[in-house]
Amino acid sequence: MTNTEQGSLRLSAIPSDTETNSVVVSDTELLSARLVPLRKPGQWISAAVLLLLLAMVAHTLVTNPRFQWGVVWSYFGTGPILRGLLLTLWLTAAVLVCGYLIGIGLALMRLSGNPILRAVSFGYVWLVRSVPPLVQLLFWYELASLYPELSLGIPFGRAFVTVRTAHLFTGLLAAFVALTLDVAAFSAEIVRGGILSVEPGQSQAAQALGLSRWRIFRRIVLPQAMPAIIPASGNLLIGMLKATSIVSVIAVADLLYSVQLIYNQNFLIIPLLLVATIWYVVLTTILSVGQYYVERHYARGGNRPRPPSRLWTIARANLPIFPRRRTTLVSVS
Amino acid sequence: MTGEAPLVRIRGLRKNFGAHTVLDGIDLDVQQGEVTVLLGPSGAGKSTLLRCVNHLERPDAGFVEVAGEIIGYRYRRGRLYETRSSALTAQRARIGMVFQQFNLFPHLTVLDNIIEGPIATGRATRRDATALARDLLDQVGLGGREQSYPKQLSGGQQQRVAIARALAMRPRLMLFDEPTSALDPELVGDVLGVMKALARTGMTMLVVTHEIGFAREVADTVVFLDGGRVVESGAPSIVLADPRNERAKAFLSAVL
Repeated sequence: MTNTEQGSLRLSAIPSDTETNSVVVSDTELLSARLVPLRKPGQWISAAVLLLLLAMVAHTLVTNPRFQWGVVWSYFGTGPILRGLLLTLWLTAAVLVCGYLIGIGLALMRLSGNPILRAVSFGYVWLVRSVPPLVQLLFWYELASLYPELSLGIPFGRAFVTVRTAHLFTGLLAAFVALTLDVAAFSAEIVRGGILSVEPGQSQAAQALGLSRWRIFRRIVLPQAMPAIIPASGNLLIGMLKATSIVSVIAVADLLYSVQLIYNQNFLIIPLLLVATIWYVVLTTILSVGQYYVERHYARGGNRPRPPSRLWTIARANLPIFPRRRTTLVSVS
Repeated sequence: MTGEAPLVRIRGLRKNFGAHTVLDGIDLDVQQGEVTVLLGPSGAGKSTLLRCVNHLERPDAGFVEVAGEIIGYRYRRGRLYETRSSALTAQRARIGMVFQQFNLFPHLTVLDNIIEGPIATGRATRRDATALARDLLDQVGLGGREQSYPKQLSGGQQQRVAIARALAMRPRLMLFDEPTSALDPELVGDVLGVMKALARTGMTMLVVTHEIGFAREVADTVVFLDGGRVVESGAPSIVLADPRNERAKAFLSAVL
């Protein structure tokens, strides 16, 4: 009201704390004054709420007797569990290795100039990604009812060797084949994406040097595709470690099935599921650490500085329980 | 000028990208030990011509002959059959190429970039290749940078490593595809200096560049391309000073 009448915007619209600002302070006083950062109470409150919730979870884990931790630890390292664990481990490893070999082939087919190869690769990935792995697994397990006999020979001609499908396709082979073909489809897309991320100039330069096609792929393109391939592959590997548990439906004695065999006898369902759970967590943790080191290895010559290699430094950098260290950014000239 | 057969003979070279004709019948000779500079407006086909010389592009008609061998093809009974990749690989190993974007391998050190070719083609042991690489790095003014990664070098340094990498194959012919176009102006001189020194050693060079000064000073022959054809060619003193072709005249007056 007053300011418009006076034709001035001065002071009256601004509250009276302008007076405190107008007090003259000497430079020496300003330089010796302590800097007080802005308080952020919201952060403290949300942290406290989360800590409370975590404490409640921890409390119930310890105090609820029905978790039966004693039973969990008594079964944790026993023979049947460890045998199941071993099967889970080597099935995962075999499936990943064979799946990736096929997947790299599919990726190269998809990127080739031959339209038939491209179409076949595309069709395979489309089909396999469309069918749930459990359904694929059951199909391979039931292959005998579709083809009672399998033979090796001339296409549309004479057969040299013939076997009964039911004898060949045991639960374990069905599991291996189904999961391998599944991994092949997904890894093909991961590898293709990685290869596409490498600049075309790289393979042209290698061609101009007279390197062979295989050497260009192995030595020049693939190492540069790895930073794009590894995170997705880590996901696939960890996913597959756990996905092997579906083989329990066709009675393959993996970690989960071994646990089920025991709790079907003694009905200690929860503690035995915890045994399997803890083992899966342990394995996944180990794989995650491994992934970190593989990623670090392939960060050579990259734009970003290489991450540290010592476990303690890594933990400090990644786990939030340590205060964040103030570091100046290292720039690469 | 000894009357020997030219090191590079290009005859009737054509290349289309879809409906667009990039090279429209190129005939060109490069004599042993000479520096030929290709000039012309962008889109004239200079880079495509260069890339046809080591078969990074497959021509649609015509051929490129280097040291008496047709690049990428073998003649038999009236036909040119495209050669297997191993034969092409051997031919390419004798032709060095330097790219506008350097195309150093970023995951390998400077040293590994240089020794990769000689080792992969079985041309040298690791020890010999390493010795040669150190020598070449000294020559391009980068002695002591063996263990650096390409990203740690400036553009001009990277391009000099790329030149050393190409020279490590002991090529008979060097192709330069706008080697200074991606560089900051103050770094251009170092790279041109290395190229001049190389020319003085008697290396046969085919250079696409916009550096008219380099052409005037170093080139034995300047070839002016426009619309996929050679419209003017000859000694720089003639072509650069008094072009007869209208397009060449307009281009030179614009860049000089």
